[in-house]
Amino acid sequence: MLKFIKHHMTEIDGIEIYPIISLLIFFLFFAALGWWVVTSKKEYLDQVSQMPLEDDNLINTKKNQDEK
Amino acid sequence: MEVQQFYYDNKIVKNFIYATIFWGLIGMSVGLLLALMFLFPNLTSGISWLSFGRLRPLHTNAVIFAFVGNAIYAGVYYSSQRLLKTRMWSDFLSKFNFWGWQSIIVAAAITLPLGYTSSKEYAELEWPIDIAIALVWVGFGANLIGTIIKRRERHMYVAIWFYLGTFVTVAVLHIFNSLSLPVSFLKSYSVYAGVQDALVQWWYGHNAVAFFLTTPFLGLMYYFVPKAANRPVFSYRLSIIHFWSLIFIYIWAGPHHLLYTALPEWAQNLGVAFSIMLLAPSWGGMINGLLTLRGAWDKVRTDPVLKFMVVAITGYGMATFEGPMLSLKNVNAIAHYTDWIVAHVHVGALAWNGFLAFGMIYWLVPRMFKTTLFSIKLANTHFWVGTLGIIMYALPMYVAGFLQASMWKQFNPDGTLMYGNFLETVTQIIPMYWMRAIGGSMYIAGAFVMLYNMIKTIQSGSPVEDDLAEAPALKRVGKGRLIGEGWHQVIERKPVQLTILATIAILIGGIVQIIPTLLIDSNIPTITSVKPYTPLELEGRDLYIREGCVGCHSQMIRPFRSEVERYGEYSKAGEFVYDHPFLWGSKRTGPDLHRIGMKYSDSWHFNHMYDPQSTSPGSIMPRYQWLTANTLDTSDTQSKMEVMGTLGVPYTDAEVENGLVNLKAQALQVEKNLQQDPSFVENYKAEKEAAIADGEEFVPIYKREIVAMIAYLQRLGTDIKVKDLQK
Repeated sequence: MLKFIKHHMTEIDGIEIYPIISLLIFFLFFAALGWWVVTSKKEYLDQVSQMPLEDDNLINTKKNQDEK
Repeated sequence: MEVQQFYYDNKIVKNFIYATIFWGLIGMSVGLLLALMFLFPNLTSGISWLSFGRLRPLHTNAVIFAFVGNAIYAGVYYSSQRLLKTRMWSDFLSKFNFWGWQSIIVAAAITLPLGYTSSKEYAELEWPIDIAIALVWVGFGANLIGTIIKRRERHMYVAIWFYLGTFVTVAVLHIFNSLSLPVSFLKSYSVYAGVQDALVQWWYGHNAVAFFLTTPFLGLMYYFVPKAANRPVFSYRLSIIHFWSLIFIYIWAGPHHLLYTALPEWAQNLGVAFSIMLLAPSWGGMINGLLTLRGAWDKVRTDPVLKFMVVAITGYGMATFEGPMLSLKNVNAIAHYTDWIVAHVHVGALAWNGFLAFGMIYWLVPRMFKTTLFSIKLANTHFWVGTLGIIMYALPMYVAGFLQASMWKQFNPDGTLMYGNFLETVTQIIPMYWMRAIGGSMYIAGAFVMLYNMIKTIQSGSPVEDDLAEAPALKRVGKGRLIGEGWHQVIERKPVQLTILATIAILIGGIVQIIPTLLIDSNIPTITSVKPYTPLELEGRDLYIREGCVGCHSQMIRPFRSEVERYGEYSKAGEFVYDHPFLWGSKRTGPDLHRIGMKYSDSWHFNHMYDPQSTSPGSIMPRYQWLTANTLDTSDTQSKMEVMGTLGVPYTDAEVENGLVNLKAQALQVEKNLQQDPSFVENYKAEKEAAIADGEEFVPIYKREIVAMIAYLQRLGTDIKVKDLQK
C-alpha cells in the first residue's frame, strides 16, 4: 500500500509516520467540522440564514429622496 | 439601541457591472474569432498580434479575469455591504480596486497580442503586471476585511467566508506561481523548472478554477439565489460543511492535470484521490443551491433571473461531476489533450460563471436603477439562445474529443497506427469545430441581447445613488465565548480567526505536494546527457513562448504504446531540468513536439512555418511568415543566459561570454542547411535582389528569427534520443 511513497522516498527515516499523520489530519478536520454543524443550534442557523433577505427592509428609499 | 444611518456604495457596484458586460463581450468575441481560426486558419494571416497563439491567452484571461473577475467584484461589493450592514471600509480602495483592475486588463490586452507572455496558463502576464495584480488584489482584500471589521452584524454570513477564502487563496497562488527572475522589463523566467514548474503551475491553474471561478461565485450563489427566490438557503449546516470541505480538498487536486506525465507518481495519485473526494462537497453545494428553490419552482417558470441561476447551478453540478471523472487515470488517458477538456471548461465558464453572472446582472440592474427590467421577453430570449448555445458548443466538442482520442489510439492488426498522420485525426473533427463556432455565436448573440436590454433598463431608471440604510450599531463584546454561545459562533463572528483557519486549511495540501517535489532530488532523476540549450536554441525557445505554440502543441509524450509509436520515446522528468518555464502544454490541436528534433530537415521546418499547408495539406496551423522576415533580437541573449545561470542552469562564464559568437556559428550552420533546398535558394536570391533594387537593407537569413526557431525545434527531445531500431 505504501509503495507509492516508499518507492520515491526510501531515504527518509520513518516515512511510515506520514500516512498516520495524514489520517489524523483528516480525521480531526472532519470530526471538528461534524462537531461544528451538529452542535449548532437550529434557531440560530435559521436566524442567520435569513441574513440575505433582511436588508431590503432597512433601505429607506423615501428618506433618501427627501434629503436630496 | 442606537440606530445608525449610513449609505451603501452603489456606484462601485454599477462600475463593476458595466465592466463585466463590456469585457465579457470582448472576451467572448475573441473566443469566437479563435473558433473561426480552426475553420479558416489564415483568417488573420500576416498579422502577428492577431495570430492564434497570441490571442488564445487573451481569450482565457479576458473571460476569467476581466469578465468573471469584474462580476465577482460587482457581486462582492453589493452583497458584502448588505450582509455586513455597512458601507465599504474605504472608498479609495474601492476605486483603486476598480481602476487598478481595469488598467491590468488593458495592459493584458496590449501585452499578450504583442507576445509578452510567461506561457504559464492563466498566469501569462509578465512580472510588472503580476506585481500590479498582487497590489490591487491586496487592496481588495484589505477593503473587504476592513468592511468586515466595522460591520453592524455579529455573524458573518457564509457568503463572506467564501469571499475571505477566495482572497487568501488567490493571493497565495498568484504569488508562488508567479515567482520569476526578470531579464528585462517584459521578459522573465520562472524560478521553477520542468517537473517542479509544472506542479506549481497546475497547483495554481487548478486552483484558479477553484478559487477564482468557483468559491467567489459560490458566495454569490449563497447570497443572490436566496435573494432572487426570496427564501433562505436550503441548509445552512450544509453550507458550512460545503465551505470548509471544499477549500480543504480543492487545493490538493492540481496534479490531475499532469496524469501520465513525468510528474512523480505519488503526486499524481494524490491528485486523483482528492479529485474524487471533491465530488462530495461540490455536489453538496450544488444540491444546497438547487434546493433553495424548494417550493419556489413555479417562480422559475416566469422569472428569467431564476432561470439563469438554475442553469448555472446545474452547469456547476455537471462540471464538478465531470471533473472527478476526468481525474480518473483511465478516463484522463482518453480526454487529456483533446477537445473534451475544452467542452468541460466551457460548461463551467458558459453555464456556471456566465449564467450566474447574467442572472445577477438581471437582478441587480433594475434594483440599483430603481426601475423594472425593460423586457422580460428579451431576457427569456437571451436565456434560451444562451442555453442552446451552450449545448451546441459543448456536445460537438465532446464528440470531437472522444473521436480524436480514439483515432490517436487506433492500431492496425500489424501493430502500426491506423491514423499515423496526425492530420487525419484533425480533418475528421472539422464539422464539430463548425458546430462549436455556431454554438459560441449563439451564446454571444444572447449576451448582446442582454446589453440592449440593460441599456434600455438603465435609460428608464434613475441615476445610481448611494443607498441610505440604517442598522443598530454592533455592541462590543468580550473576547471569549458569551453566555450561551457555542464555540463555532465565536469563529463565525471573528474574521481574522476565520481567515487564519481558512489559510491553514488551504496550505496543508499545497505544502504536502509541493515541498517534497522541490526538495527531494529522487523525485526528478537526473540524466547526464541532458545539456542546457545553446544561446540560439534559448532564443528560439523564447520565440516558441512568444508565439504561444504551447497553446496547440504539447511537449509531453505519455507512456502509452500509441504515443510512443506516434512520437517516440516517452518523456522523462530528467529531460526538463533546464526548462524555465516548462512547456508541456495541455492541448494537442497539433501533434506533440517533444521528439520533433531531427525528425525533419531544416528546410521542411522553414517551409512549414512559412506556409503550413504547403508541407501538410489540410493543416489548420496558421502561417508564421513574420518569423522568416523579422531580425532576431540578440541584445538580451547574454543576460538571458546569466539569469538562467542564477536559476541553476550550468552555463559556464565562458559560454555566457561567447554567447553571441556561438549563436552566430550555429545560425550560420542552419543557413547552410537551408541553402541545400533549391527553391529556398531561388526565393532567397530574388528577395535579396529586390531589397537591393529598392535600396533597403538586406538582413541575411542567419540573422532572422526563423533560424532560432528551427534550431530550437531541432534540439527538442534529442538529448536522450533512442536509436531507431528499425533502421
